[in-house]
Amino acid sequence: MIDFTAMILAVGPELWLVAMALIGVLVGATLKDRFNNASIKFGALALFAAAAFSLMNYEGGEAFNGLVRTNMFVNFAKFVSYVLAGFALLASEGFLKRHGTIRYEYALLILLASFGMGMILSAADLMTLYMGVETLSLSSYVLAAFHRDSAKASEAGLKYFVLGALASGMLLYGASLVYGFSGSTEYVLIAAAEPSIGMMFGMVLMIVGLAFKVSAAPMHIWTPDVYEGAPTPVVAFFASAPKMASMVVFANVMFTMFSDVIDQWQLILCIIAGLSMIIGSLGALTQTNIKRLLGYSSIANMGYALVAVAAGKEFGAGPLLVFMTLYVIASLGLFMGVLAMRRKGGMVEGINELGGLMRKRPVLAIALSILIFSMAGLPPFGGFFGKWEVLSAGVEAGLMPVVIILVLASVVSLGYYLRLIKIMWFDEPTEKFEAIDGSVTLTVLLAALIAGILFLFFINALSGWASTAAMGLTG
Amino acid sequence: MGGFPILSAMTFLPLAGALIIMIVRAATAGSREASSSDTEGRTALLAGLIISGATFIASLAAFASFDASQPGYQLVEQYSWYRNISYKMGIDGLSISLILLTTFLIPICLLASWNSIHKRVTEYVVAFLVLETFIIGVFTALDLVLFYIFFEAGLIPMFLIIGIWGGKDKIYAAFKFFLYTLIGSLLMLVAVVYMYQTAGGSDFEILEKYSFDPNVQTWLWLAFMASFAVKLPMWPVHTWLPDAHVQAPTAGSVLLAGILLKMGGYGFLRFSLPMFPDASQLFQPFMFALAVIAIVYTSLVAWRQTDMKKLIAYSSVAHMGFVTLGVFAFNEAGVQGAIFQMLSHGLISGALFLIVGVVYDRMHTREIAAYGGLVHRMPVYATFFMLFTMANVGLPGTSGFIGEILTMVGGFQASTWAAAGAALGVIFSAVYMLTLYRRTVFGQITNPELNSIKDMNMIEWICIAPLAFLTILFGVAPNLIFNITEGSALRILNLMAGG
Repeated sequence: MIDFTAMILAVGPELWLVAMALIGVLVGATLKDRFNNASIKFGALALFAAAAFSLMNYEGGEAFNGLVRTNMFVNFAKFVSYVLAGFALLASEGFLKRHGTIRYEYALLILLASFGMGMILSAADLMTLYMGVETLSLSSYVLAAFHRDSAKASEAGLKYFVLGALASGMLLYGASLVYGFSGSTEYVLIAAAEPSIGMMFGMVLMIVGLAFKVSAAPMHIWTPDVYEGAPTPVVAFFASAPKMASMVVFANVMFTMFSDVIDQWQLILCIIAGLSMIIGSLGALTQTNIKRLLGYSSIANMGYALVAVAAGKEFGAGPLLVFMTLYVIASLGLFMGVLAMRRKGGMVEGINELGGLMRKRPVLAIALSILIFSMAGLPPFGGFFGKWEVLSAGVEAGLMPVVIILVLASVVSLGYYLRLIKIMWFDEPTEKFEAIDGSVTLTVLLAALIAGILFLFFINALSGWASTAAMGLTG
Repeated sequence: MGGFPILSAMTFLPLAGALIIMIVRAATAGSREASSSDTEGRTALLAGLIISGATFIASLAAFASFDASQPGYQLVEQYSWYRNISYKMGIDGLSISLILLTTFLIPICLLASWNSIHKRVTEYVVAFLVLETFIIGVFTALDLVLFYIFFEAGLIPMFLIIGIWGGKDKIYAAFKFFLYTLIGSLLMLVAVVYMYQTAGGSDFEILEKYSFDPNVQTWLWLAFMASFAVKLPMWPVHTWLPDAHVQAPTAGSVLLAGILLKMGGYGFLRFSLPMFPDASQLFQPFMFALAVIAIVYTSLVAWRQTDMKKLIAYSSVAHMGFVTLGVFAFNEAGVQGAIFQMLSHGLISGALFLIVGVVYDRMHTREIAAYGGLVHRMPVYATFFMLFTMANVGLPGTSGFIGEILTMVGGFQASTWAAAGAALGVIFSAVYMLTLYRRTVFGQITNPELNSIKDMNMIEWICIAPLAFLTILFGVAPNLIFNITEGSALRILNLMAGG
């Protein structure tokens, strides 16, 4: 007898998403190109509905004989990811239209990628985890190369695919080792199993695979290239929703499966975090392409987030959610800013193209400045609280060296964030950008308003939700 | 408590004003003609003046309800905000005096920009008003995290002020200012996080009562010092200051020297002494050494400057050395003197930057060599310049004297050598200030362009005269200030002694 209620409680949003994706395929096959324009709104609506579902069943549940198990921790991440994916999809319409690549497959791929995110978040079993990772990754590879006529996009897609496949291989090999030595694929049973050398081997390989997915150093090489090559709206999606999902999954794996052997992995994560912060912030200093710059900055930010993971379940779970939420909102907003950088000849991506933006488009410039300062973690903007939470977690867990690296990396990162500010505010104006799509402007402004300013007032609520959500892990 | 939240109102009034100015500008953007941008700028400046004037009145109102005989925090407003962090504001004698200085100087800064700032005036006014909110916030916050937020947020508008309206090397100066200050404050942030977790809250009153382990204190003290030493600034991390001062517009320099530097001294008095007494004792010789080096070395450096603003900037570093000396003397004379010195230096250095600004607006050069014989053309200017030169040297009868003598008396009680070294600085300050005065004001007019220079106009009068009045008033009647600050100075020393 199949228990539908349990299924819907546990993975309702994902079932909904996959159903919508399949319906989309059918509609697309029937209507052909006539579905292209409507598909964007269809996909976005499906995603917003999925976000709403994940809130409705916030407590989560268990289904498919323990293959999936959700709690507040992952549902929080699901909600944020789906909302951001929806906005990323909505804002890409104008870009796709202008490039003549508006095809319904785009929206469906985003839906499928989001389904993959939902699956990895819901996974309570190594098999589900791997299937989810592959669903997310395969959709992402195709999305990265969606502009198949562009050499850069194809290169980005191929690079992403080859390296991604390697990382997936490591994850799978690690998972198989863990299974082999613990005798089970279920998180709970693995957690209960006697730790052995072989299992630790498997765990390290899994960390490698997951670190690739969140683009943490030294598995970060693909990030700048993919960010530069892939179409901007796709990057906006990559840099927001899947980042949130992958990072929370990373934490979920460490916190549920390997929580008792934290002494075995804490140092590894600290090293990964430290390296990411150093490489990310130094790498971004010399970039002149804004997408590459943001790519490096995301590596550094993943380093900050990993400090919270390294702090362990007790200290790090809540701060991780707060930090990631604020980061991905700012990240999406900034990529929307890149989407607005359009001249007569097409998109421009050099950071100097932003010159004098303050005088040409003051509202956009102020919104972007708020997002940049927020991402840099400067008070009084929201990002400061993300950093505050991560720092608290690090200090509470006694990870002083990595906390100091975090602080120093923040100073270095200000070097390039300030350069962006300088170009926008101080430099002489360049030619004005073309008109911006309404959906893009809306997303930028919303992101700036929410991540930059409103969280100042709601930070208590957010951290409260995050702490409650983190309790879902233990309870 | 109840009552009207006068402190919050005073703090956020400029910010609200800035928002209104921005909204009005955005709303009228469509109907604006290119030619009327100057009128728009004047209107914005006028609005800024009114708002900052209202803030000054609000701060006077706060002062009126302040009771100087009570040593503790007054007019406290507290709301819980986030975890154990609360939105808590309050004032004591130390903070209200610095707040009054701030709210008094900001309208002067804006007025002084009337004729010197012509581009992007609306943004300029907005930046100043936003900065005012953050500065007042620094002095009113009674929660360490809240303090930190205001403290660091102030960097952003100042960065923009230097970067947009500054001189030739403004970008370099703005970056240097920002990054120097930031590295200090981020180290402080780690200490703040640690203190918050160990003491279980970030309320000043909790932290003042909590006694940190002496070993931990050393680290916390160093982290706080990293931030305040850059801000004050102390030798050897003072090098951002001459760059920032020289490149900043006149009003920016006034604000920087007049108020922003005082945050460092405020920080030492508010945190280092009461919260880390053991570490402060431990580092007393170290701080004395740095103070004396700052006083002597930067005085000598100031002497060799050819740029007027740079000279005054180095003299600021030297005068802040007296503040360090006084604070770390750990006695009433020293602490009272340090507070007095901060206020007096705020007035004097602010006025000196305005004085330089007066001739810079006319001649567009700050080179000392380009001037000479100004007394023949600008007698009123020469008089004011003379007054503030003397005040900066520390002539009795001016406020500069009281600050220097008291910090030295305090320093003398703690260490004869430190006071002797500082006394040397007083002599040097006479050397460089009088050299500056002689070479710019006296002598014959050598630069033919100076023949047509005009004396101070009405606006410059209005800016400088009140500063001159207060400099003399506080020099003659220093008790006006001591009565206000005495309670909090004693309270800080009591807390330090473990009371």
